[in-house]
Amino acid sequence: MAARLSVARAARQLTSSAARRPATAYPVSCQRWQKAPIQSRLFTVSAQWEEKKYTEDHEWVELSADGKTATLGISTYAAKALGDIVFCELPQVGVEFSSGDAIGAVESVKSASDILTPISGEVVEVNSALEEVPGGINKDPEGEGWIAKIAVQAEPEGLMSAEEYKKHTEEA
Amino acid sequence: MAAKRSVAVLRPALNGTGSHLVRAQCPPTLRQLSRPLSIQASRPRRNSPRVPVSRRYASSDNSSEQLGRTGLYELHAAHGAKFVPFGGYSMPVQYSDLSIIESHNWTRERASLFDVGHMVQHEFSGPGVEAFLQTITPSSLSTLKPYNGTLSTLLHRETGGIVDDTVITRLPDRFYVVTNAGCREKDLAYLNSELEAFRSDSSNESVEWKVLENQGLIALQGPLAPEILERVLGEAAAKTLKTLYFGQSTHAKIDSTDAEVLISRAGYTGEDGFEISIPPYATEAVTQFLLDSAKDELRLAGLGARDTLRLEAGMCLYGHDLDDSTTPVEAALSWVIGKDRRANGGFHGDSIILRQLKKKSEGGGVARRRIGLVVEGAPAREGAEIVDEAGEKIGNITSGCPSPVLKKNISMGYIKDGLHKSGTEVHVVVRGKKRKATVTKMPFLPAKYFKEPTVAAPTTPASKTP
Repeated sequence: MAARLSVARAARQLTSSAARRPATAYPVSCQRWQKAPIQSRLFTVSAQWEEKKYTEDHEWVELSADGKTATLGISTYAAKALGDIVFCELPQVGVEFSSGDAIGAVESVKSASDILTPISGEVVEVNSALEEVPGGINKDPEGEGWIAKIAVQAEPEGLMSAEEYKKHTEEA
Repeated sequence: MAAKRSVAVLRPALNGTGSHLVRAQCPPTLRQLSRPLSIQASRPRRNSPRVPVSRRYASSDNSSEQLGRTGLYELHAAHGAKFVPFGGYSMPVQYSDLSIIESHNWTRERASLFDVGHMVQHEFSGPGVEAFLQTITPSSLSTLKPYNGTLSTLLHRETGGIVDDTVITRLPDRFYVVTNAGCREKDLAYLNSELEAFRSDSSNESVEWKVLENQGLIALQGPLAPEILERVLGEAAAKTLKTLYFGQSTHAKIDSTDAEVLISRAGYTGEDGFEISIPPYATEAVTQFLLDSAKDELRLAGLGARDTLRLEAGMCLYGHDLDDSTTPVEAALSWVIGKDRRANGGFHGDSIILRQLKKKSEGGGVARRRIGLVVEGAPAREGAEIVDEAGEKIGNITSGCPSPVLKKNISMGYIKDGLHKSGTEVHVVVRGKKRKATVTKMPFLPAKYFKEPTVAAPTTPASKTP
């Protein structure tokens, strides 16, 4: 069993790295960002952040227009795969997390799944409606069913575009 | 790949060995816990060549190529089954028409059909059969009438630990025994060695043992089950159902087939229902006929609903709630130990088990007991610790889920003796947080078995208390 699990894990990691975006680090040509003053380099926003991004663990993140907060949720694919979500554990507002931390969990009848944040930062808002109606995640996982908003400190790494994520789930 | 991932994903919820590794022995890492998010259905492979049904071992490598298939695999695939490896077989966990909760409720309100053909069906016969089975189980088989069955446990020598839980039915000329798919390899080895030992004593009479390979087994469960089954039986057999009570069996022919099946009023859901053992050649035809005869009432249901249904019914799943180190007394299964067996013993582990049955003041009792819990907030699942107010560990959870009917989180587990009384307030740790929990009587949901009316029916409300 132990061997089998690690095989599965290895296989998973292999596909993950294969699916990971190969080379999108070309210079940004978008005017808006070119105008950005050089002092704001503390947190440099690149083109990758202009769209919703996905993790290989099936979370999505989207940056607010001002670039200060990121909204986090679970992907439509994950919500569908999990089935009826019956319980949602949300993080506490004000608590700071590092990327890779579990900030909460969603539970279906069959399984408990941690929600991992791909970004470090403090939780500034949670979708408390989900505490009463956890099924809201199934209804609109990448919209009304968002989980939390986090004050962004640094640009995350290893995220996938919608297209790459789609490929990732198809390969799985 | 899909199958491999499902191993990592669903195995914790469905199979003992896996979950012990993932949840009990290793500290749960985020990655592991996050895995269920990658649940993915293995797509039915319509174009793949039909693989002949073959038996597989639970402990064999679970890559999809090596998993066994029951005789109903194609039928499952055609109904949009999402397959997972279970007990060495590729089994449906759910179907595309209903979610697990919907399928669960469908079973409680109407009727569902489960393929349980992965389970191992045996026949034991010969003049020494009762003596043999009474050596390896604590059941009182001498008092079991023909066409009656009982839940029992195969026991380890000396320790009295449970090798597997099983249902034993006495037929006129033999015993029909069903054991768990996940224990197949272990049980076969155990039975082989036990038979060898039994035969080596020349004072014992002979015993024959046969495994019914590829025999079909389906479970028709739910309040509409008797009505649906009656429809497909001849008039005489349909009439028999009216007085076929919980635990009883009958041989019957299904209309439009020449196959003789064994119908047992039994199940694993807490509902009224039947388990039907079907010869290999007729399994698919009988199943399809049942489905066709009750299009509006009957749906296929998978392992997902089966697990939440049996949990509400307070029933054990071997590898989770029972294992080799657990005795029937610890498992709150003392009731399977026959009256005469308590007096005379003569089964494996009898010295330990009979001592455990005694009162504490007489040197009896056990250190831990299986209990039910209702947990507040998050569902407590296998591996979660039960703790006291001070945070000291007093037990552990072996199964748990949010109950679709009760809308509460229900769990099963083992707790220190003395804290097992219903109503005792404890805590369960889920994701590092203590959650309130209350020891609760099982079944969580009252069973709806079709029981034989008792001769002297109790008249006063007081006498109704068990």
